[in-house]
Amino acid sequence: MVHLEAKGIKKSFDGRTILEGVSLELREGELVSLLGASGGGKTTLFQVLAGLCIPEEGHVLIDGEEVTGKPGKVSYMLQKDLLLPYRTVVDNVALPLLIGGMKKREARSKASQYFTLFGLEGTQKKYPSQLSGGMRQRAALLRTYLFSRPIALLDEPFSALDMLTKHAMHEWYLKVMEEIKLSTLFITHDIDEAILLSDRILLLTGAPGRITKEIIIREEKPRNKEFHISEEFLEYKREILKHLESEKIR
Amino acid sequence: MKRKSQSITNKLWSCSAVLGLLFLWQGISSLRLIEPYLLPSPERVGRALITEFPVLMEHAKITLTEAFAGLFLGVVIGFIIAIIMDHFDKVYRAFYPLIVLTQTVPTVALAPLLVLWFGYEMTPKIILIVMTTFFPVTIGLLSGFRSQDPDAVSLLRSMGAGPVSIFRYIKLPGAMKQFFSSFRISASYAVVGAVISEWLGGFGGLGVYMTRVKKAFAFDKMFAVIILISIISLLLMKGVDMLSKKCMPWEQKQ
Repeated sequence: MVHLEAKGIKKSFDGRTILEGVSLELREGELVSLLGASGGGKTTLFQVLAGLCIPEEGHVLIDGEEVTGKPGKVSYMLQKDLLLPYRTVVDNVALPLLIGGMKKREARSKASQYFTLFGLEGTQKKYPSQLSGGMRQRAALLRTYLFSRPIALLDEPFSALDMLTKHAMHEWYLKVMEEIKLSTLFITHDIDEAILLSDRILLLTGAPGRITKEIIIREEKPRNKEFHISEEFLEYKREILKHLESEKIR
Repeated sequence: MKRKSQSITNKLWSCSAVLGLLFLWQGISSLRLIEPYLLPSPERVGRALITEFPVLMEHAKITLTEAFAGLFLGVVIGFIIAIIMDHFDKVYRAFYPLIVLTQTVPTVALAPLLVLWFGYEMTPKIILIVMTTFFPVTIGLLSGFRSQDPDAVSLLRSMGAGPVSIFRYIKLPGAMKQFFSSFRISASYAVVGAVISEWLGGFGGLGVYMTRVKKAFAFDKMFAVIILISIISLLLMKGVDMLSKKCMPWEQKQ
């Protein structure tokens, strides 16, 4: 079943067209990556999908319902963890519940239930500045999760982390994804990350940006640890690089 | 541990500097390098402070009442103005220059006018203090409100937060640091403002006391009241610091 759908999105800023005729679908339980160069309009597309800005043309539908320009329908997470420095970790992750009108005590206890699953045990009363980069990112993911929309838009959530932390986060994320059924649309400019995590990869290229190719990763989930050094993995990577190269020449 | 011992050493240095200056002053007076009626010795000032203490406290009560009332109203008004200006950009553009203009008028020039309009009671003094204390608060809060991360705002919007939630969860707590540094300045302005306005007329207060002892050429009492005023200012600032630590626990845990 199609969960989130974008049809013919066009968006420009200051007379420059950033996106044109972008359409995509996200099915239930799927993880789809949107891959493209920095500044190629990925983040703009996410803002449109999250309802934070209104496109000149096109529609956003969730379960067939028109939601163009209506925020609050999907979970949204950015590269920056955006944990508020003046709130404790538990109060940070409980923020979506508080905004949703839940009482403070109830929101805290609900948020606390997930701290172990997200590898944040014992950090409830700490402040974000006392956490490591990986922990902060997991806290931001938990906050996103607690917004409990069945669709999550993640905008380069791991790109600010060092390589080893990033690797650990990938493994952890794949594990958690199984436990909490989410449909995820994932922005990245890291090809390896996209192949490792996705069911499908959409390549957003050109100016104005369009989706010019779809690549389906057939490897079963949960993925083997060896997958990212296998021949199939390299084959996917080659295909993506070839396409990006040919788009650049055009 | 290291930081603690360092701060103790720092205090040791500043304490010995103060003590040294006191000895120097006492020496100058004892050796009669300056006539004692012009520069009373610290010992005489201390004695004046003790003998005059009950009288000084009576006057301090009046001054502090004015300072607190003015500071409270000034902070409240400063808060309201900042919120309105932050919310309505047109109001900001229309009134911001005017507010800056109010600060170019010297307090001392305004005080006699306020006395003429409102008499010798507390009203003109409180008005004067409000006029000097609201300004730092408004400016501090405004810059605090405006310096928030737009990405954090859009994140909250994506969670369905309206302007009230954004104010409550991002703008207000995010501006607390600027608010308290302004509040600290306002607190010291409040005491000084109260004293200055009392110079120009009134029935009681440390400023009135000051003009009286000046006319009597009682320099020791003059020094005593100056010391008392600076002690009061220091205590007020200390109070603000304690309040800010209480209100911003996150600042302690870096």
